[in-house]
Amino acid sequence: MTPPTAQDTSAGELPLQQLDRVVIRFAGDSGDGMQVTGNQFTRTSALFGNDLATLPDFPAEIRAPVGTRPGVSGFQLQFSSSDIHTPGDQPDVLVAMNPAALMVNVNALKKGGIVIVNTDAFKATDLKKAKCDTNPLEDGTLDGFRVIEVGINSRVSEALADSPLSNKDKQRCKNFYTLGLMYWVYSRPLEPTLEWLEEKFKGKDDLIAANQTALKAGYNAGDIRELFQGQYEVPKATLQSGTYRNVMGNQALAIGLVAGAKLAGLKPVYCSYPITPASSVLEFLAGYKNHGVVTIQSEDEIAAICSAIGASFAGSLGMTGTSGPGMALKGEAMGLAISTELPLVIVDVQRAGPSTGMPTKVEQSDLLSSIFGRNGDAPMPVVAISKPSDAFELTIDACRIAVQYMTPVILLSDNFIANGAEPWSLPDLDSLEPFPVEFTAEKGEDFQSFGRDEKLARPWVKPGTPGMEFRIGGLEKAPSSNISYDPDNHQAMTDIRHQKVRNVADSIPTPEVDGADSGDLLVLGWGSTVGILRQAVDNARAKGQSVSRIHLTHVWPLPHGLDEIFSRFKSVIVPEMNVAQMTYLLRGELPDHDYIPFNKVTGQPFLVAEVEAEIKRVLDERAGA
Amino acid sequence: MTDIAQPALTKKDFASDQEVRWCPGCGDYAILNALQKHMAESGADPAKTVFVSGIGCSSRFPYYMNTYGFHTIHGRAPAVATGVKVANPDLDVWIVTGDGDSLSIGGNHLAHILRRNLDVNILMFNNEIYGLTKGQYSPTSPVGTKKKSTPMGSVDRPFEPAQFAVGSQATFVARTIDQDMKHMSKILKAAAAHKGTSFIEILQNCVIFNKDFYATTVEKKVRPDRTVDLTAGEPMIYGADRDKGLRFNGFTVERCAAEEADVWRPDTPSHAPTVLIAGMRDDPEMPVPVGILRAVEAPVYETGVNAQVEDAIATKGAGDLKELVYDGEIWTVD
Repeated sequence: MTPPTAQDTSAGELPLQQLDRVVIRFAGDSGDGMQVTGNQFTRTSALFGNDLATLPDFPAEIRAPVGTRPGVSGFQLQFSSSDIHTPGDQPDVLVAMNPAALMVNVNALKKGGIVIVNTDAFKATDLKKAKCDTNPLEDGTLDGFRVIEVGINSRVSEALADSPLSNKDKQRCKNFYTLGLMYWVYSRPLEPTLEWLEEKFKGKDDLIAANQTALKAGYNAGDIRELFQGQYEVPKATLQSGTYRNVMGNQALAIGLVAGAKLAGLKPVYCSYPITPASSVLEFLAGYKNHGVVTIQSEDEIAAICSAIGASFAGSLGMTGTSGPGMALKGEAMGLAISTELPLVIVDVQRAGPSTGMPTKVEQSDLLSSIFGRNGDAPMPVVAISKPSDAFELTIDACRIAVQYMTPVILLSDNFIANGAEPWSLPDLDSLEPFPVEFTAEKGEDFQSFGRDEKLARPWVKPGTPGMEFRIGGLEKAPSSNISYDPDNHQAMTDIRHQKVRNVADSIPTPEVDGADSGDLLVLGWGSTVGILRQAVDNARAKGQSVSRIHLTHVWPLPHGLDEIFSRFKSVIVPEMNVAQMTYLLRGELPDHDYIPFNKVTGQPFLVAEVEAEIKRVLDERAGA
Repeated sequence: MTDIAQPALTKKDFASDQEVRWCPGCGDYAILNALQKHMAESGADPAKTVFVSGIGCSSRFPYYMNTYGFHTIHGRAPAVATGVKVANPDLDVWIVTGDGDSLSIGGNHLAHILRRNLDVNILMFNNEIYGLTKGQYSPTSPVGTKKKSTPMGSVDRPFEPAQFAVGSQATFVARTIDQDMKHMSKILKAAAAHKGTSFIEILQNCVIFNKDFYATTVEKKVRPDRTVDLTAGEPMIYGADRDKGLRFNGFTVERCAAEEADVWRPDTPSHAPTVLIAGMRDDPEMPVPVGILRAVEAPVYETGVNAQVEDAIATKGAGDLKELVYDGEIWTVD
């Protein structure tokens, strides 16, 4: 984008300047309301008609000590008048509510970018809390940036002089003052947030009035050109025609679970133990009870999956959701669902590991454990969501696979998708294809509880059905469902369980290649890297490089046709936020290709620039070789 | 539906075609027998009956019942049963577990199913030993139990199952004996009638690894003098000659003459009497209490969970998927 020259102090008052895209990062204490500020800016921009992508970045601690670096909470969003796929590599604008927020984020800021600092939070004690030996406003830290100094605390106090709120409560309106300032700078309407405040604080008129006043005061401070020389405008994006809403990954996933159960004709029973960043799936579903959704907040991760299995045994669609450590705890029960061949959807919103890891940071490191991480040969299909706007569709597909193949299915998401938001082009619900479950209610001549259909799925008999009583369990069983230790039977059952999961590939499409269908390099991704990889490959192609891209949504079994696609490229780069797990999988499954792992595990998504650089490095290396 | 009356089912109708594989002389046979008899006598519908178990000798139980059955994983039967019962409250769900399955690996789930008061019956076979893993001490074994993994004797204090249960807010707690068919049947009937989680500890003889652990307490020969059978509303009297009694004295239970015995009340607002009575186990001078140790009413979990769904539908109307998807702030691009 063009550098924001409108903030050149020597330029005088400038006219409205148009920009194609802007990346803003709001950063403050975790108690400063930065997530609310970011979400409001996002919502307003979505309603305005921009394309957008967001990256919330907050600490796991609910309130780390005030003013310290570990307590910094950030929210980055990119909004644009053209099609964008990522929250942006580098912010154009950083809003820093205190020295800690400034120091944690200033290195990410684009050269020449704007920093808006709350100077009231740069007193000696504030600097000490942030472990700053010198004042970053004075020591050259901000050289090369355009710094807008605003005493937000005092401005909020002035604006709210007549408010009956306590001084402490008045200061809690700081984020809306800041939001108001940014609304002015980027020509956003105030109405959506003014209305939201009325809804949010319904019945608390003082809070509504104070926050609305703070928001307007911030806006007016811009409007009288007291702080800024000019305003920007990011026109509406030319999104594909359709009906849109802004959606976060976990919400779209929750709606997808409701839809999946409806299309299967089953009662959804979602059992979960709260864990970051999966908890909001449970919370959303608990709000959908009028859709027939039953939710159980279980006593632990193991109970959650076991209750979901019990629900499926009883003829409902059992579902559970968790994140990494919870997946480890659920392992044994996943084996039970595999052995008893019951449908089940297991949501894993991945986060950085191992162990507790970094609960609020993104990683894709549960891939191989999802595919293989259980005792015994225990195969299970794995579907991976790429972005909030495809969560709905892929969640439905996970439900379909579960009931059509009588198998548990893992649905992988991650923290970037779960809490990220983007416009969702709403599907035509009439076009969704139902997959109604038919329970077996009568024993034909050859009925066996573990008999097989053409897909190798077994019949689903619902307890309560007269004359069909049977027993199942985790012990190896004969097709009759009776316990069997027969060596040939175990071999046969193991083979069938594997083949059944392999057969899922017959029901999923071969992913399309984005770009030329042959060339030097294919970039293969899965999960939440999709937007970044798309942007990086688009940029590389614009530079004339021979690069195409493919993205997997079904990571186990792998879709048919990949071998043939890969054979048309000299090399396949596999960028992942883990230590080369997909590369490892591909080398085992489709060994005849040149895979180049490209990995990052910082808890932050790839930057577009990083991927572009890797593409260039590989192409140069291949050209030189 | 037809009007022709179905012939009543017999005990045999509840036996599956599977060969029972417990050790000869195992107390489990008597319990299986009692259950099948109970099912027939209570007019149970095999199609609507589900036995859920964990892992251990006792947990093979579902395979031998001609009903629906789910042999799950170690300690997790209460969690699986919670899903079954919430998904379909019409099913009559029985959990079969042992002292290790329920109080060691599955202690958490036992506590929570009792607290939630799911309408199921839990049969906890207590033989104070691990049988299927060949004879290690269990969380109900007395201190000093010398077994293969504790050659110098166990050092940890055992759980008293009834105390664990009422501590978890159990609404029905009973204890019975594998050898006493009549008593077992009476308790099963009362448990089945109870609305909420019924927790039944069945003292069960493991003839291989803990033979006759109850020889000095509930064994038939010594039972009258060493066991007190508690019945609601009746004085706590025991002894071959019915001459011994029990009464509360502050926070203790003491022996007394039969005519001075207190009346047993399993439904007091506080569960303290159950805790005190169950605690007699630690005192070799006191009788082992059997019978109904606690019976109170409380709301049932699956009823509450499903009622919320119904309430939500009644207030908001049955959800249409379109309302969920096309919710919030929508905009259209032409």
